[in-house]
Amino acid sequence: MPDAVGLELLAQELREADADAVLGTSYFRDKATVEVAPSSIVQTLEWLRAKGYNALMSVHGVDYYPEEPRLGVHYELLDMSSVDRLTVKLRVPLDNPHVGSVTPNWPTANHQEREVYDMFGVIFDGHPDPRRILMPEDYEGYPQRRDFPVGGEPVLFTIDESEGTAYTQ
Amino acid sequence: MEVKRQKLPVGAATPDLSGEDFRIRQLRARDMLRGDLEGEELEKYVEERVLTTTLEKAVNWARSNALFPATFGLACCAIEMMSIVAARVDVARFGFEAFRASPRQADLLILSGRISIKMAPVVRRIYDQMLEPKWAIAMGACSSSMGVFNNYAIVPADKFMPVDVHVPGCPPRPEALMHGILKLRKMIQEDPDMGWRAGHHAYGTEEVVPAEGQETAVNVFRQSPGSAQGA
Amino acid sequence: MSTDVTRGASDYRQMEESITMAPLERVDGGELEQELLTLNMGPHHPATHGVLRLLVTLEGEVVRDLKPIIGYVHTGIEKTAEDKNYWKAIPVVERMDYLAYYFNAYAFCGATETLLELEVPPRAQYLRIIHLELNRIMSHLVWLGTSALDIGAMSMFWYCFRDREVILDLFEQSSGQRMHTRYIQVGGVAEDIPRGFEAKLREFTAQMPSRVDQYKALLFNNEIALQRLRGVCPLAEEELLKLGVTGPLLRAAGNPWDLRKATPYCSYDHFDFKIPVGTEGDNWDRFAVRVAEIYESVKIIEQAIDGLPEGPWISDDRKVALPPRHELATSMEALIHHFKLVTEGFRVPPGEVYFPIESPRGELGCFVRSDGSSKPARVHMRDPSFVNLQATAPMTEGSYIADLIATLAMLDPVLGGIDR
Repeated sequence: MPDAVGLELLAQELREADADAVLGTSYFRDKATVEVAPSSIVQTLEWLRAKGYNALMSVHGVDYYPEEPRLGVHYELLDMSSVDRLTVKLRVPLDNPHVGSVTPNWPTANHQEREVYDMFGVIFDGHPDPRRILMPEDYEGYPQRRDFPVGGEPVLFTIDESEGTAYTQ
Repeated sequence: MEVKRQKLPVGAATPDLSGEDFRIRQLRARDMLRGDLEGEELEKYVEERVLTTTLEKAVNWARSNALFPATFGLACCAIEMMSIVAARVDVARFGFEAFRASPRQADLLILSGRISIKMAPVVRRIYDQMLEPKWAIAMGACSSSMGVFNNYAIVPADKFMPVDVHVPGCPPRPEALMHGILKLRKMIQEDPDMGWRAGHHAYGTEEVVPAEGQETAVNVFRQSPGSAQGA
Repeated sequence: MSTDVTRGASDYRQMEESITMAPLERVDGGELEQELLTLNMGPHHPATHGVLRLLVTLEGEVVRDLKPIIGYVHTGIEKTAEDKNYWKAIPVVERMDYLAYYFNAYAFCGATETLLELEVPPRAQYLRIIHLELNRIMSHLVWLGTSALDIGAMSMFWYCFRDREVILDLFEQSSGQRMHTRYIQVGGVAEDIPRGFEAKLREFTAQMPSRVDQYKALLFNNEIALQRLRGVCPLAEEELLKLGVTGPLLRAAGNPWDLRKATPYCSYDHFDFKIPVGTEGDNWDRFAVRVAEIYESVKIIEQAIDGLPEGPWISDDRKVALPPRHELATSMEALIHHFKLVTEGFRVPPGEVYFPIESPRGELGCFVRSDGSSKPARVHMRDPSFVNLQATAPMTEGSYIADLIATLAMLDPVLGGIDR
């Protein structure tokens, strides 16, 4: 990965390219992270692709409840030739969970963005197929948000069903 | 397999056929083959030589020894289910190696794996497409109860279909699943009804072709298990 | 990237070209009507690996478009793991990709150890590698057995599962369970290997290469396997990279990207092994690469068991790893540590980390976010099969349904990892 100094240089160059893109950097446990503004994610990834990070390995969502802005999306980039990893993250609030979709430029993000939408409710503008992927199509709610209950139920076996649901209370 | 031999009543009018010497038995056999034995003599002749058992028991014996499981692997338990087909725990020695892909040809549904809420209607559909008599084994902890995961995404099988045998384990060893299948086999031989079918009105759970004017297929609750209307 | 339907390679195909639809034309000279057929394959289908549903748009028997629909075994594992403390989340996370359970556990434990900045003793690292490579061989054997079954070579299934039983015996010896062993723990491994494990392991590594030779002798010169796999559904390396495909699929296309060599973790750099790479990226190369990987994994295991260092099998940090049982009788501190670990669990300093490893299907990454408490705030597995599945559509465009089945088999999707 780029070390701490390399990360700062990268962030500096990114700021020069797009003034309000970079919101912060973090170098934690030898891994570099850049936080960007949600509106500039598409250009930022293209700029990083030109820098050599040409493989998008993972797009995943995080719920930072109770901190605001609540919903985060992380993009794991990989530079295969120099074996470098970089994380780009952004955070969107619940009342405006719109992020530009990187799928047209990075086809690998197709299913992964759908999963983030399904589990967290982040809406990706420009995604070719914005449907739920893991939950049933008509499911309501976004399961992996931290205020969504884990769910589950007491188990009723066939042989005990004659006793009614009070059996498991 | 039960064999019932009925002893001839003492002092009956019919001749005592046991202990006869060989020549006489030969002659009676010749008569039978020529069609000369009639009526009661013929019946006694047949009863002595044929394994007598009730038809129910014979049918249950045949059903239990020739189960066709449906290939229905859902998750990790499916790998252990594949292991029972493999060489070490060889399900073929019991006669169950013919896993049928089509539910119409299968009579045992082994729910091997966790059933998510998206999959539950599909499982029910397949169970409905199976022809009676059919049985279901909930293999593993996830399908019996919720298993390791008690959360929003999965459903225990008992909620939407009747299950005959629950095999615990995560995943159950192939030997454990074999034990469960053999237990089911014993249950079928003794009493395929097992009581719950009556309680659940689980007869006639096949899909029914909609009648004229109806739009969707309807499952009809039938009063008695014997009728085969509209199946 | 479409395979030309009229590959002129074999006689059969040339014969097909000469068949015209002329006898079927209508008497009044009208055009034959053609329309695309959308076929739903699955979720219950004998040829899919798990509950995968494919909406296939066909023109005759040629696949024009394919849409995978997943979610039929979605278990909410990531959500459940947030509800349990780190130690108790290991068995839950293990059940994602159910053929590579050691890898799931290792990705999660590795991420947690990174957050904790915990050092894993060398003996534990070697033991982890032995079990990871055994799991890789086992996963490839299941793949080989079921794929051969899919293309019709049924007896391979029994041979591969026979060898798989030997591996599962080894797992049972070291951890007590055949599958989902929860052997890899935060800080090391759960227990040291018992007496007799090494002997049995050496027996296994001695006979495994010759077994794979036998499988190759069965399949590699087989006309049917060759015709069904050679030249079928290739996809270029650039396309694969754009789709984020990693693992044997990418290596079959010629890119030798393997995280064990590129970013060595867990002492993989101590071992000498090669990375099999294909040339054309068709089904045959995917097939051959995975079979060749089995040999390399055997080599790694042999080197690891030869060089197994002495020492503890789990970290000495009592705040993270359970103390050994005999200490509980004598030391008050050990008792307190044990109590705290079992009830509340260890606390992990806040932070986020993404820990990628090389699983049998590609890059398996575990993202863990910790908020300072004893339960993870977010666990996400970047599962290789989930991303690789997106390559199914480009690969199979323009090929027959039978090729689709063979390609699905060569993709090696494991629905537990896809749906989590």
